[in-house]
Amino acid sequence: MRLLIVEDETKTGDYLQQGLSEAGFIVTLARNGTDGQHLASTEKFDLIILDVMLPHINGWQILQTLRATGQATPVLFLTARDSVEDRVKGLELGADDYLVKPFAFSELLARVRTLLRRSGSQILADQIKVADLVVDIPRHRAIRSGRKINLTHKEFTLLELLARRKGEVLPRSLIASQVWDMNFDSDSNVIDVAIRRLRAKIDNQFEPKLIHTVRGMGYKLDVENQYDAG
Amino acid sequence: MTQVNLAGRRPLSLNNRVLLFVTLAITLSYLLIGHLIQVTIEQHFEEQDADELRVITHSVKEALLRAQTDPLPLEQILDNAVSGHHGVIYQVWDGQHQRLYGPDGFALEQKHERHSPDQVDAEDLELWVQEGKTYRIAVVGVEIGSQSYTIVAAIDINFHLHFLEDIERTLWMIMLLAGSLTLLAAWYGIHQGHAPLRKLSESLADIQADHLDMRLNEQTVPAELSSLVRSFNQMLCRLEESFLKLSNFSADIAHELRTPLTNLITQTQVALGKSRSLEEYHELLYSNLEEQERLTKMVNDMLWLAQSDNGLLKPDWHSLDLLDEVTATFEFFEALAEEKNLHLILDATETRVQGDRAMLRRALSNLLSNAIRYSPEGEQIRVAIFEQQPWVYLTIENHGSAIPNEALQHLFDRFYRVDPSRKRETEGAGLGLAIVKSIVEMHEGSIETSSEKGLIQFTIRLPAAKQG
Repeated sequence: MRLLIVEDETKTGDYLQQGLSEAGFIVTLARNGTDGQHLASTEKFDLIILDVMLPHINGWQILQTLRATGQATPVLFLTARDSVEDRVKGLELGADDYLVKPFAFSELLARVRTLLRRSGSQILADQIKVADLVVDIPRHRAIRSGRKINLTHKEFTLLELLARRKGEVLPRSLIASQVWDMNFDSDSNVIDVAIRRLRAKIDNQFEPKLIHTVRGMGYKLDVENQYDAG
Repeated sequence: MTQVNLAGRRPLSLNNRVLLFVTLAITLSYLLIGHLIQVTIEQHFEEQDADELRVITHSVKEALLRAQTDPLPLEQILDNAVSGHHGVIYQVWDGQHQRLYGPDGFALEQKHERHSPDQVDAEDLELWVQEGKTYRIAVVGVEIGSQSYTIVAAIDINFHLHFLEDIERTLWMIMLLAGSLTLLAAWYGIHQGHAPLRKLSESLADIQADHLDMRLNEQTVPAELSSLVRSFNQMLCRLEESFLKLSNFSADIAHELRTPLTNLITQTQVALGKSRSLEEYHELLYSNLEEQERLTKMVNDMLWLAQSDNGLLKPDWHSLDLLDEVTATFEFFEALAEEKNLHLILDATETRVQGDRAMLRRALSNLLSNAIRYSPEGEQIRVAIFEQQPWVYLTIENHGSAIPNEALQHLFDRFYRVDPSRKRETEGAGLGLAIVKSIVEMHEGSIETSSEKGLIQFTIRLPAAKQG
């Protein structure tokens, strides 16, 4: 997957490039609007991450030019200004998502993956298998090692989200939004508690452990945990 | 800057406004007085003329009576009939309209109504102009024996007219002079009258942002201005309060940011002080990350509050069922509450309000997370919704140690903590309730809190959705 990042702030640009490269993307970085526009119109990318405040040509203009030439490449814009007008303007110009600075990298990564999946028009599987865990979505059932596991409605939704995005680190804010439709940063440890309870049912009596905590970033469901350092 | 318009366009200056009315009043009253004086003098002259003409016609009538018996010729008798009057002319006509006596030119007899000599009144007199002279004329009919006579008497009034003209001129001069003097005095009076206003404006100009504690003394201004001064003092009070709040807020922000920043710098510097294992470096980075995330959340919350203060957040209005929203929030906190063995109890039926779903959930979630945090294990947290047109009330009640009244008032202040010694880690930045208040007020509602008998209760009041 090829990504284009247009970001003039040196450190932000460097770290975004490094982080996304290490997450497995092929990343091109443009440090000003002119380069960004040139790259966006001459090369093929799967997703463009666009800073709004740019020297020479700003993010809106790049987005406008892009859409005017009929390119439907998904665009996620980054803005330091959290004003409603800004958001509305970006989405009206044809952006697909936005993030307000300061944002967490894990959040950006999750959004990027969501956008790429959306544009890839993946068919949603009915059953997801991870190791010996089977998540049967139409029947709302989870089975581990052939044993049915009793889950509450929300616990199942949480497991389904983790399973569908197997291997991805999901930040707490994304989990809160997707499972409980709570679209704000809660300062309580609700998600941690919910994960702990799900883990007790899914993992406690089984090996290998499937639900992993990625410290400082979020949670993921996978056979092995590459982030687990210790 | 917003301007409040008190009138459609700029009104006249106060000076000019008062002057205009004074000028109008003076002109009108002087015109009235002048007119009255003129009319009175004219009437006086008319009465005088009427008296004189009555005497003359009487004398002529007497002479005609005398002529019945006196052998002297009629002309001679009439010549002597009137004496001691200046500028008087009179004629005598017989029943056949033949002039028996008097000069030519006063052919008035046929045209005029005749009066009896006793009835000569001021209003019956006629004006007659002849050879540049103006006369006042009385026409009188008399019966002597079988003969009827008409007496026409005229009196020269040019002298009176000249006098009137003179009086008129003098009168206008006096009025003009007196009017101007009065106006000048009025202008000076108004100017002096506005002196307290100018003084007030000078005092106001002295009030700077760092002297908002200044108040104007109501006792030292005229009664008319005391309400203005009172309103102004009240405005100053409000300004001072917000200003104080704002500067306290800035100080609080600095303080709140300083603590995590100090932690970050200290632990990073200590870690870099000597070579450490990979694990220790990991630990440092994680610890830093947690601190940074807290900072980010605080900055985001402060930004949210600042935007809310400036009216930049526009709620996405929908008709919502509060019951659904509380149920969803309960589901969110279910696990957390069970961990603490707390019972979440909802006592409500479907209750519709207009609101922004995400914002209301955020407010409910902040309140509920607060209640869970401070509730002792094994207790109940009760949420009730009830309607009392035109309002909808939502109460959240939890057990907990009593909050002093002093603290209750400040509970919604930014960065306020009931117990300042409590750790930030467990309480967040102290912005949660301030955000709740902002959200409720954005929904044109209000929030109150009370603490009684070991129960802490928050009551949100929201406008009920319109029926139908």
